[in-house]
Amino acid sequence: MGTWAIFNRPEPAPHHPPPACSHVPSVRVAIDPLPTPSLLSHPSRALHIAFPPSPPTAPAAPAPEMSDEGGAGEPLSDSQKREIAVWFLSNAPAGEIHYVAKDVRALLGDDAVYEAAAAEAFPEYNKAHLVSLELPDRSGDIIITTYGELDRNNYLDPRTAQVATVDHIKQTCTKLRPAADEELPSAYIEEFRSALDVELSKYVAEAYPKGVCAVYCTSGKDIEGPGADFGFAVVISAAKCSPQNFCNGSWRSIWTMDFNYELQFVDIKGKIQVDAHYFEEGNVQLDTNIDCKDSTIMQSPDDCAVSITNIIRHHESEYLSSLEESYLNLSDATFKDLRRKLPVTRTLFPWHNTLAFSLTRDLAKELALGK
Amino acid sequence: MEAAMDLMRRMPPASAETALNALLSLLPDHSLDLLSQVDLPLQVCMDKETLKEYILCEYNRDADSYRSPWSNKYDPPLEDGTVPSEEMRNLEIEANEVFSVYRDQYYEGGISSVYIWEDEDNGGFIACFLIKKDGKGTRGYMQIGSWDAIHVIQVGPEEEGAAHYCLNSTVMLSLTTDNKQSGTFNLSGSIRRQMSMTLAVADGHLVNMGKMIEEMEGKLRNSLDQVYFGKTREMVCTLRPPPEVLNMRLPDS
Repeated sequence: MGTWAIFNRPEPAPHHPPPACSHVPSVRVAIDPLPTPSLLSHPSRALHIAFPPSPPTAPAAPAPEMSDEGGAGEPLSDSQKREIAVWFLSNAPAGEIHYVAKDVRALLGDDAVYEAAAAEAFPEYNKAHLVSLELPDRSGDIIITTYGELDRNNYLDPRTAQVATVDHIKQTCTKLRPAADEELPSAYIEEFRSALDVELSKYVAEAYPKGVCAVYCTSGKDIEGPGADFGFAVVISAAKCSPQNFCNGSWRSIWTMDFNYELQFVDIKGKIQVDAHYFEEGNVQLDTNIDCKDSTIMQSPDDCAVSITNIIRHHESEYLSSLEESYLNLSDATFKDLRRKLPVTRTLFPWHNTLAFSLTRDLAKELALGK
Repeated sequence: MEAAMDLMRRMPPASAETALNALLSLLPDHSLDLLSQVDLPLQVCMDKETLKEYILCEYNRDADSYRSPWSNKYDPPLEDGTVPSEEMRNLEIEANEVFSVYRDQYYEGGISSVYIWEDEDNGGFIACFLIKKDGKGTRGYMQIGSWDAIHVIQVGPEEEGAAHYCLNSTVMLSLTTDNKQSGTFNLSGSIRRQMSMTLAVADGHLVNMGKMIEEMEGKLRNSLDQVYFGKTREMVCTLRPPPEVLNMRLPDS
């Protein structure tokens, strides 16, 4: 799919075959620190694979390091293959996990290993990307997130007070049931939660053409009345997938707020992540994130809702402007720093007549030798 | 292989090396294919004899050593390391010198290397031109940028005073800003293009190859501007349109 030119690049001149896994030279001297640090510690041995750092929704995933169990050149064990598969799946850009899954399955050539990897990777991917699934009764969407997770396959939708059973790999809801009382917050908490949900939904509908949001109670859900602290998490997720245009992107924001009764204060923290992937003639990815902090005073549920939503709206618009600015700066400064459009002479390079540009070296002499 | 290349197109560019390693271990029989088709940011080495830097790639590697285009020697030393024939070596020397000047004119810095060897299967020869440039922003943001270009030209045997040139180019670009105020902003990746031409050899191969590369780099640079800055920016604005766009819509809704 797509116009990825698989170059039939000429093979290098016949030479000694590479020792297994050793395309990295042992005498490499990195002159400038590269933005992509090498993860190989030794050219012909250990194959380190670490999971990408997880966004706040997922519980801190351990970073498994997989050292070569046999010597280099021995076939991989099933568990090593599974780890590699999980890594690929976890790193799929927004909206692309199924394409990645297809490739991984083909490469593994072993359905059992693939299925084990998929079972491990898909739930984490769905949570990290705040994947939203349509509820079977069409009452709305449910967001897959740690905040709503009751167990591995069951997620709460606070707005409709339902619990959906989810097939992570197919990314569909298989069952739906009303939430039990223990699963829902108390009436007191629910007043705050739903007021915020209403305001937030208005904001999201206005600001994001394809956004979904949800408000979860993260702590203190059984509090019956004022006097104790409680915590909420707000999740906003917008994704746009245009595989026919070779472009996908996602906006994810997670806001957590702590309502402090004693100080009559609401402490707000946010993390916004915006990604985009363009892959028509290559592979270009935008990966950005920012942490925000703010606060407001504790008020009635409706006033809190308005105040918090305004804060979120403010920070998110600010971030959008800041992204625009980053684009401008990179375009103006750094890109131009890298390569000029034309040499200072404003003409193309005179390949015929490089004598005009001889530096301190004796170019003329060298050229006389050549063709 | 197709599945492998599709994966490389989707994995985060910053993790390209990890992805390649993973593929190499899954497909050990395809290692030569993978190593020559997948591009990683270029690494550089210092030629201790001439005190000049040179770029490392599959085309100057033999076993675990790399050949410097300046001294024509392998580092670490290799007794029977592959070296180009005398005719190729002469062309290689000239190409390195001229390309160095070209690089200076457009990049005002950076490192370049050219490797040339005979194409035993098809007659003619193959040349690989590489450029690496790192840049730092000038405005006090913490900005890092890098441009890596790999141009591989397959030149067919001369027939009736002309030859066929087939150029495969990849440019890898990485731009990063990281500060407290605006968070982390990373835009990176690569694009690839091909170009083929049949040209008269009257002025020599170097002139023909040089002009093709220059034209290609110009096109890639513009494309990068549109692709990198255009498409991804457009996507961000699609996800969350800026206020002006929203205000325009309000009268309808």
